[in-house]
Amino acid sequence: MSDHKTMTLTLIVWRQKGPKDPGKFETYTAKGITEHHSFLEMLDCVNEDLIYAGKEPIVFDHDCREGICGMCSQVINGAAHGGQDRTTVCQLHMRKFKDGDTIYIEPWRARAFPIIKDLIVDRSALDTIVQAGAYVSCHTGGVPDGNAILIPKPAADEAMDAAECVGCGACVAGCPNGAAMLFTGAKVSQFAVIPQGQAEAATRVKDLVDAMTSCGFGNCTNHYECQVACPKGINVKFIARMNREFIKAQFA
Amino acid sequence: MILDGKCPTGPIEQTWDKHRFDLKLVNPANKRKYNVIVVGTGLAGGAAAASLGELGYNVQAFCYQDSPRRAHSIAAQGGINAAKNYPNDGDSIYRLFYDTIKGGDFRAREADVWRLSQVSNNIIDQCVAQGVPFARDYAGYLDNRSFGGAQVSRTFYARGQTGQQLLLGAYSALSRQIKLGTVKMYNRREMLDLVVVDGVAKGITVRNLLTGELESYAADAVCLATGGYVNVFYLSTNAMGCSVTANWKAHKKGAFFANPCYTQIHPTCIPQAGDYQSKLTLMSESLRNDGRCWVPKRKEDCGKHPNEVPEEDRDYYLERKYPSFGNLAPRDIASRAAKEQCDDGRGVGPGGRGVYLDFATSIKRVGADTIKERYGNLFEMYEKITDEDGYKRPMRMYPAPHYSMGGLWVDYNLMSNIPGLFVLGEANFSVHGANRLGASALMQGLADGYFVIPYTIGGYLAGVKPGVVKTDNPEFKKSADEVDAYNNKLLDINGNKTVFEFMRELGGLMWENCGMARTKESLELNLKKIPALREEFWKNVKVSGKGADLNQQLENAGRTADFLEFAELMCRDAYHRNESCGGHFRSEYQDEGEAQRDDVNYCYVGAWEYKGDKKEPELHKEPLKFDNVHLAVRSYK
Ligand SMILES: Cc1cc2nc3c(=O)[nH]c(=O)nc-3n(C[C@H](O)[C@H](O)[C@H](O)COP(=O)(O)OP(=O)(O)OC[C@H]3O[C@@H](n4cnc5c(N)ncnc54)[C@H](O)[C@@H]3O)c2cc1C
Ligand code: SF4
Ligand code: FES
Repeated sequence: MSDHKTMTLTLIVWRQKGPKDPGKFETYTAKGITEHHSFLEMLDCVNEDLIYAGKEPIVFDHDCREGICGMCSQVINGAAHGGQDRTTVCQLHMRKFKDGDTIYIEPWRARAFPIIKDLIVDRSALDTIVQAGAYVSCHTGGVPDGNAILIPKPAADEAMDAAECVGCGACVAGCPNGAAMLFTGAKVSQFAVIPQGQAEAATRVKDLVDAMTSCGFGNCTNHYECQVACPKGINVKFIARMNREFIKAQFA
Repeated sequence: MILDGKCPTGPIEQTWDKHRFDLKLVNPANKRKYNVIVVGTGLAGGAAAASLGELGYNVQAFCYQDSPRRAHSIAAQGGINAAKNYPNDGDSIYRLFYDTIKGGDFRAREADVWRLSQVSNNIIDQCVAQGVPFARDYAGYLDNRSFGGAQVSRTFYARGQTGQQLLLGAYSALSRQIKLGTVKMYNRREMLDLVVVDGVAKGITVRNLLTGELESYAADAVCLATGGYVNVFYLSTNAMGCSVTANWKAHKKGAFFANPCYTQIHPTCIPQAGDYQSKLTLMSESLRNDGRCWVPKRKEDCGKHPNEVPEEDRDYYLERKYPSFGNLAPRDIASRAAKEQCDDGRGVGPGGRGVYLDFATSIKRVGADTIKERYGNLFEMYEKITDEDGYKRPMRMYPAPHYSMGGLWVDYNLMSNIPGLFVLGEANFSVHGANRLGASALMQGLADGYFVIPYTIGGYLAGVKPGVVKTDNPEFKKSADEVDAYNNKLLDINGNKTVFEFMRELGGLMWENCGMARTKESLELNLKKIPALREEFWKNVKVSGKGADLNQQLENAGRTADFLEFAELMCRDAYHRNESCGGHFRSEYQDEGEAQRDDVNYCYVGAWEYKGDKKEPELHKEPLKFDNVHLAVRSYK
């Protein structure tokens, strides 16, 4: 259907058979790629070739392929999600590359995200942080009318800014310390700025920070690489907000 | 067999309240003795698992992703309906009920739709209490927008990410229960069989997607909330992992499949760019609030830059054909209208398969900033995929498979014909008839999960002795052995074609012959070609890797094998239904392009029973009665 010129690329991809395998880089060629291929569609093509050749295809996490489920997770040429502003790997298109390019593809690397196979890592630590208290403890039913709780637009907008996080973990992968401050900061802030979140504000921030530490995430030393890596534009101001909430909680 | 939906009778406004009162209750102290399995943790399953856990049941929940937060509900952009009537523009429970029945082309049950409309308001309250950041106006009140098929503004939204925010709400409620220990969550598990003991659903067999091991889980009731099946078209707006597998396995264990031919083709998706393409991306229907659909009046203009086609040479075909609903005509109608323009040779973009969605008028009226605030992330997404700027040049759109109205048959209690098997959300067939209105799927998923199943499951469990069947029952081993043998068979074929190739081929057949328009001939063709393709698959598919490992090829092969069986049933259903209604458009039955229903012969739910490999399925009918709305020709003119 498309009459565009095609590209040939060299891929250097991290292959690891399982959690205990040491893993290594392997080199592949991607042929016949057009500028309209998404990055994952390019990998699909490489995988088809591998299958024909009787080799094991590269495994990687993905699902929605439209930048919202947070499942895709690859470090491309050293940048989590490939370095295009506000873009997940699945939304990255091959028009950002040129014929003959060499591309390095690696999994998220962080202490709290053990590698499972090839490019797939275990991100359940992020769920653990949420389970520690990133919610309002309301029951199903028995809640007031939606308009009984008025929320000024700026506060609602700020909560929404924080809530845009898709839980992909790029912030952790991008951080030299493997910290989850941006993720956790966004969760804490989403509830801290709205009335529904007030009753549990103090315990929430303490519990989330505890969970973050015990899951093996590193400390924040203000590199702000997380914000650069984040495909949803989550702002580091939410880390500052979490720190303020944390201090406030000590006196609560 | 004539099926009975067990709908309560009497004045429709009282049906749900009366039914709730009539349902038996499980004593609070006994609830923890009951195990409930919930497969799928999207809006429907996530809300159900959280609510059932909170009530005190012992819940085991499953999903195939690495976290419940990633279910495909997350991709919903536009919004969720409720009959709050906050804008004071004439909405009511009755109007939402009426719009949904009419939108579904009079092929849904009245009582189910009434209940949905009634609890819609509770959903908004619930989500607000959870902290879901719905859009607000400057006074702090909830804001609304309009959606197709309605003349009131009843859609609540959170930027262009309503599904994500609602799912995060359900996921947070679920996370709270996981922490409390009432729900045990199993991620990266795929259900590959339903275990039925003495005719009653008692558990599931799942594959651990990390290790490849098969695992058995037993319970007193099983809820499926496993989403829709439009990936049968291969290219659709669904996530790559969405499949019919859980539903199909249950169907093969006896659950009836209702109305499989009712599929929704969404009018505004980004057109396909090439053969390598793996999915299609939807652009929310909310865009039609401010975007106007047009194609050039003359074929000669189709190749021109859109901004060079003068106003008088444009055909705003929806406004022309449906003056009272205009660009907000329902999806089935808008999709067919787009196809009609392209078939007429007036489509734009690659292959002439596209129409324009133009924002210039709205930008002039309210300013680019307002448009950006309303749809910013959608414009961004459009630009990432097409490299075009929707603020400066009209977007190109084409219809794509999006939603399945059909699903497993359930009664008013959401229970299938297998006792103990409940089906929730997109996976069931219940409320959307032959066409779903925009912003109504999120509403249905959350209604089923938060406000229906917590009551109706109790009515069933109250009559069941808890914990009688455990995984040591021989049916569990039998099921696991069968799944194991099936997977090994797939791995052993070692043929010459990849799973993707088969899926693309099947998708092509379905789109061409059972897509936006179907005919007797096209369906007959598919009923020959699909079994042949299936046979080829089982001889010639190549699945690499091992069973006892993380193996994405094997996962896809299993899903494709199920689609290859299901597709035939879908065509058979479309073939038998000699009428056009909603998303099911049989070209033979039309009145100048409008669907022509046959209420005398087809005013029923068609539910199919599996009779075994190579045997014809049997059709059961549930007649539909309309006491509260008048069966009318659906007009949006
Ligand atoms: C792009 C897009 C936009 C949409 N926009 C809107 C909108 O604006 N408004 C609206 O009302 N609706 C919208 N919809 C429709 C709506 O999002 C879905 O119908 C709804 O979210 C389905 O929810 P669900 O809980 O039934 O299923 P899903 O969210 O699909 O969840 C399915 C769950 O089942 C699990 N699962 C599936 N199979 C298995 C298996 N075999 N084993 C184990 N687990 C399994 C998955 O892991 C997942 O947890 C949209 C849909 C799409 C695709
Ligand atoms: S903060 Fe950004 S990078 Fe981190 S998990 Fe959320 S979306 Fe991903
Ligand atoms: S696959 Fe869903 S965000 Fe990339």
